[in-house]
Amino acid sequence: MRSRIVLWIAFVGLLLALPPLVVALGQPFYLDLARRIMILAIAAVSLNLILGYGGLVSFGHAAYLGIGAYTVGIMGFYGITSGWLQWPVAIGASALVALAIGAVSIRTSGIYFIMITLAFTQMLYYLGISLEEYGGDDGMRLKAKSQFSGLIDLRDPVEFYYLALVLMLISVFLVYRIVNSRFGMALRAAKSNDARTRAIGFSPYPYRLAAFVIAGAMCGLAGALYANHTNYITPGLMSWQQSGDIMFMVILGGMATTSGPVLGTFALLVVEEILKAWTYPRFIADHWQVVLGPLLVLSVIFFRRGLAGMFYKPDA
Amino acid sequence: MSFALLFEQLLNGLQFGVTLFLMAAGLTLVFGIMNFINLAHGSLYMVGAYLALAAAQWTGSYIAGVALGLAGTLVVGMIVEVVALRALYDRDHLDQVLATFGLILFFNELVAILWGRAALFASVPPFLSGHIDLFTGSSYPLYRAVIIGVGLVVALLLWYLVTRTRVGMLIRAGATNRTMVAALGVNIRLLYTFVFGFGAALAGLAGVMAGPIYNVQPGMGELILIQVFVVIVIGGIGSIRGALVGSIIVGVVDTIGRAFLKPLLSTMISPTAGEAAGPALASILIYLLMAAVLTFRPQGLFPARG
Repeated sequence: MRSRIVLWIAFVGLLLALPPLVVALGQPFYLDLARRIMILAIAAVSLNLILGYGGLVSFGHAAYLGIGAYTVGIMGFYGITSGWLQWPVAIGASALVALAIGAVSIRTSGIYFIMITLAFTQMLYYLGISLEEYGGDDGMRLKAKSQFSGLIDLRDPVEFYYLALVLMLISVFLVYRIVNSRFGMALRAAKSNDARTRAIGFSPYPYRLAAFVIAGAMCGLAGALYANHTNYITPGLMSWQQSGDIMFMVILGGMATTSGPVLGTFALLVVEEILKAWTYPRFIADHWQVVLGPLLVLSVIFFRRGLAGMFYKPDA
Repeated sequence: MSFALLFEQLLNGLQFGVTLFLMAAGLTLVFGIMNFINLAHGSLYMVGAYLALAAAQWTGSYIAGVALGLAGTLVVGMIVEVVALRALYDRDHLDQVLATFGLILFFNELVAILWGRAALFASVPPFLSGHIDLFTGSSYPLYRAVIIGVGLVVALLLWYLVTRTRVGMLIRAGATNRTMVAALGVNIRLLYTFVFGFGAALAGLAGVMAGPIYNVQPGMGELILIQVFVVIVIGGIGSIRGALVGSIIVGVVDTIGRAFLKPLLSTMISPTAGEAAGPALASILIYLLMAAVLTFRPQGLFPARG
């Protein structure tokens, strides 16, 4: 327990020290990369709640990333740029969509659940493509970043960076608290043995659905951040590849662990960047996916407990 | 809408449906027997389309292209099974999904390296490029009619193979209790490789035939794969009969929706509503259908077991 806290403090300290370092070295690219990683880490942390602790293998988590981003984009399109309005609406909309998708999907289990969550997200993806008014296939440009009445200015890369860091840490803490609450116990119990959970008087369905909605809402927040990060919103955010990426972040880091999703997001995206910048031979930078694909296969076959598993045993 | 037009769209739906069936049959066989979920099934479809195209250009013969495309996909499927997937049969579905997701990235990029990212167009061979006359008085492309024919013949052969032959008996036995079958002296590993390769060849056949109708490009496999998932969920996972019925339902509903939803909404509500909501509704129609089926039958229309 103690070593975990030390590791967390070291990790957060490193992230806190990054902006001054990057500014001193004149390498703003790394600030941008770290911010993107932290935003996607929020999505991975939220997926871990249902995938790792709830046993719900959602292959459609990118949907909420898209809903959050599109909410910010569309509100901005109509001149509502206040983040105080945009972000809660983004979270609420994602929660509502998660409620609708979850209510149908959680009735099923196993392989059906995987395919259904994938299909629903695909449905939203096509919906995004058909929204001609909001850019259709090409996506839309965010007119202005969310405004927070002078409290925080997202146009300042360093301020935005620290906001993303704080929100990522809050989401990690939130999931940690949820998982260790009475609610989280019931959720984990339902994962490890459905029949016994029923036998002691818990119906898993409402617990799973509530967790699904919480995860969707958190991922919606990540989407709102992501829209502000890229200034550009495309249906591609809701593509099945994006869902697969988020899932990989969780598994690579170690599911059902507190730090796993964060570690996994850093690992996956940093490896991606390394491959993209691999200039010798140049071939790898052009076709990095041909290397990443087999790497992912190998990591699934040989790296079963994930990165967090190297530090300590899984919680659940 | 005239009856002739409706009938033609029904045939198009059937043609799309049998293409889906060729994919769904392989996927559902592999799932039913090995309890393995293969996301890279769409990649095999893509590999089939590319190999057939390349072989046809190389040999100058369409028939040789089809034959080499099928044989090539069979071989690629078996190699993938032996090299990567065999290690994953005992894992949970999550690991299988992730590993095959990695394979998709690999295959899409490999195809882009070999043939480029731009879409290629396969042409219909001269002896299949005519039209046939329908009883409604209109004509229908011969090539699409041939696809329907091939698909139905394959469905029949598949039914015969699974229910009436020794190999089919082993396949069914392996699906019920693999340990027992292995104990009786059957080489279950070889059987798995065979079934996987066979499923791959079916996907390859779908890809080979789809070449001249849809674009041949990296990522084409995933487009159809997700629709195949819808088919399987509707039909019931592991059931070939379910795959056939589900394919035809999804093929027809999708095609009819795309063809008639826009004019229908335009006349029933308003032209602007049809213009705006028609295409969007048409592209999500099969997903709505799936949600509806699941609400009433969470195990699909034809559950394989129980």
